[in-house]
Amino acid sequence: MNKNLILYAAILIFGITAPFIFPAFKVQLSILCVLIVLALTWNIQGGEMGYNTFGNILFYGLGMYLCASVQVGMFFPLAEWTESGGEKTFVHTPAQFFQGMAVGLVVAAIIPTIVAGLIGYAILGLRGHYFAICTLGLGVAAGEISGGIEIIGAGQGFTTPPFPNVGGLEARGEFFYLLSFGALVLTFIAVRAIYSTRFKLILNAIRDNEDKAEAMGIQTMKYKIIGWMISAFFCGLAGGIMGGLVGYIDSTDVAFDGREMGVFMVLMAILGGKGTLWGPIIGATVFHIFKEGFWTFFLGWQYVALGVLIVVIVIYFPEGIMGWLREKYPERFGEVIDEADRKAQVELK
Amino acid sequence: MITVQACLDGILLGVLFALIAYGMALQWGVMNIINIAQGDLVILGGYIAYFMYLYGIHPAWGVIVAPVIMYFVGVGLYKLVINKVVDRDLFISILATFGISILFMQLMNFAFGADVVLANSGYGTTFLFDNNVVLPNSKIFSAVVSIFFAICLVIYMKKSKLGRAIRATAQNARAAKILGVDTEKVYAATFGINAALCGVAGALISITFTIHPYMGLPYTIRSFMIVIVAGLGNLPGVALSGMGLGVFEEFADYILGTEFRIGAVFLLLVLILVYRRFKLSRKREYLK
Repeated sequence: MNKNLILYAAILIFGITAPFIFPAFKVQLSILCVLIVLALTWNIQGGEMGYNTFGNILFYGLGMYLCASVQVGMFFPLAEWTESGGEKTFVHTPAQFFQGMAVGLVVAAIIPTIVAGLIGYAILGLRGHYFAICTLGLGVAAGEISGGIEIIGAGQGFTTPPFPNVGGLEARGEFFYLLSFGALVLTFIAVRAIYSTRFKLILNAIRDNEDKAEAMGIQTMKYKIIGWMISAFFCGLAGGIMGGLVGYIDSTDVAFDGREMGVFMVLMAILGGKGTLWGPIIGATVFHIFKEGFWTFFLGWQYVALGVLIVVIVIYFPEGIMGWLREKYPERFGEVIDEADRKAQVELK
Repeated sequence: MITVQACLDGILLGVLFALIAYGMALQWGVMNIINIAQGDLVILGGYIAYFMYLYGIHPAWGVIVAPVIMYFVGVGLYKLVINKVVDRDLFISILATFGISILFMQLMNFAFGADVVLANSGYGTTFLFDNNVVLPNSKIFSAVVSIFFAICLVIYMKKSKLGRAIRATAQNARAAKILGVDTEKVYAATFGINAALCGVAGALISITFTIHPYMGLPYTIRSFMIVIVAGLGNLPGVALSGMGLGVFEEFADYILGTEFRIGAVFLLLVLILVYRRFKLSRKREYLK
């Protein structure tokens, strides 16, 4: 326990000081934080609950659009903003910007949660691959439909409010880094708290055998919906932050980007090892380093590399890094090897 | 008149969808794999016909050339990737084929460019009902050819030795293995036949409509939808629901506007799955 506390304190201190130590990597570190949040929330579904979703991108994109729309709509007419392409006509004062961001993030987290609760009863009744394809369809449909809505920019995209001119050149990066790191810490604390309760055991029971879990008197549908709502909350939050960070929202290329973000979150969780607390974090970090390190070499070929990477990871490495470690060092993962039991087995032989 | 036009367009389009869905049903039934890359195989077939058109050969010959090439692409794909996911969890196969889909999409983008292209067949148009209904002859040609291929395949599956082996493997792979069927070969052939069907459909699509490297996923979703509506192994059902989907799309296009067409298809998929879920849950005694 004590060791863990020191570890957490070290990570926290490193996390807060990181942008000042590596000022050149601020944006990359913020994106990494968002990626970890997405991987952690995907893991609640795919890892713990056994419901492999491609559709969490729905909440991510929804949060992105909501945060930006609220931030603009609180002070200026939204339709004129998108029509003029954003910052040219209207300028946020610093106070307006931060107020809008705060309210926007709250809305971006809460509305997706409500949406998840509303559609959860219908969608989560599907099983296995039907669920996977249905959520894939949801994500793409959301992208196509939002690409046709005029008030949020339709095809030409939506410019989020630019960062106000306060605190010097570095302020924007530091602000968004601290924001995304805060979201990461919040998510981690929430997920860790969830994983130490009976709720996680129920989710695991649903994954292992849903019929039996129901027969044991667990209202599986209720817990599935709650699990999805928790995911949606943090996905929406991450989306809202990412929207501000990127500065530009396009329906199919940024917000509901099933080809990038939607696959990334699945891939990161699987690469790290699904069904573990640290797996998605390790997976996201490794993946992001790989992505940023090699994307420049593959310039233009990054999707080819991504496709190959998906196939290789899925076929040859489905247990992920944590699964591999667990196989190698079982005693580190609290799997106690009972001496008496082992002796008994030896005697039997 | 616009109704008649949309219905006829939709039916002719739906026959093509049914052909792709037939391939989907085949591999799903035999190998228990949902191939997300299905649509990208279709588009690849389309590019084969388009290239024949570019080099001065009439694109209709693509209907014969594309399936031959695509058969080998399919078998190669099976040997490289699919044989490692056949007996695994369905989600693994979905994710692996999703990776293949992204790979194909981008490779086609590099090889053929990101333009929307079509192979001009020069077949002219037919006018019906006092010129109120306009039907391009290429659409009629594509519908006839797809029906021809579908019938050929059904007969082949019924009569030939390989067809019987495929059907036996679909019923019970283990029993088929015991009785001397080389299931590995059957799987490879099934995937190849599926890819060949996609090739035919793609060649016809490049003649009738347009193709673009990123247009694959909607075709996958359409064929998946048709298969779940019709049920596995229900051929008349596949044909009918394919046509129904075609008509639905034409009407969605006409009523909602072209920019919502793909969105409507994906929403319909979600609605169908949700409807199916409530219908199934009514039969269950617990776990509503």
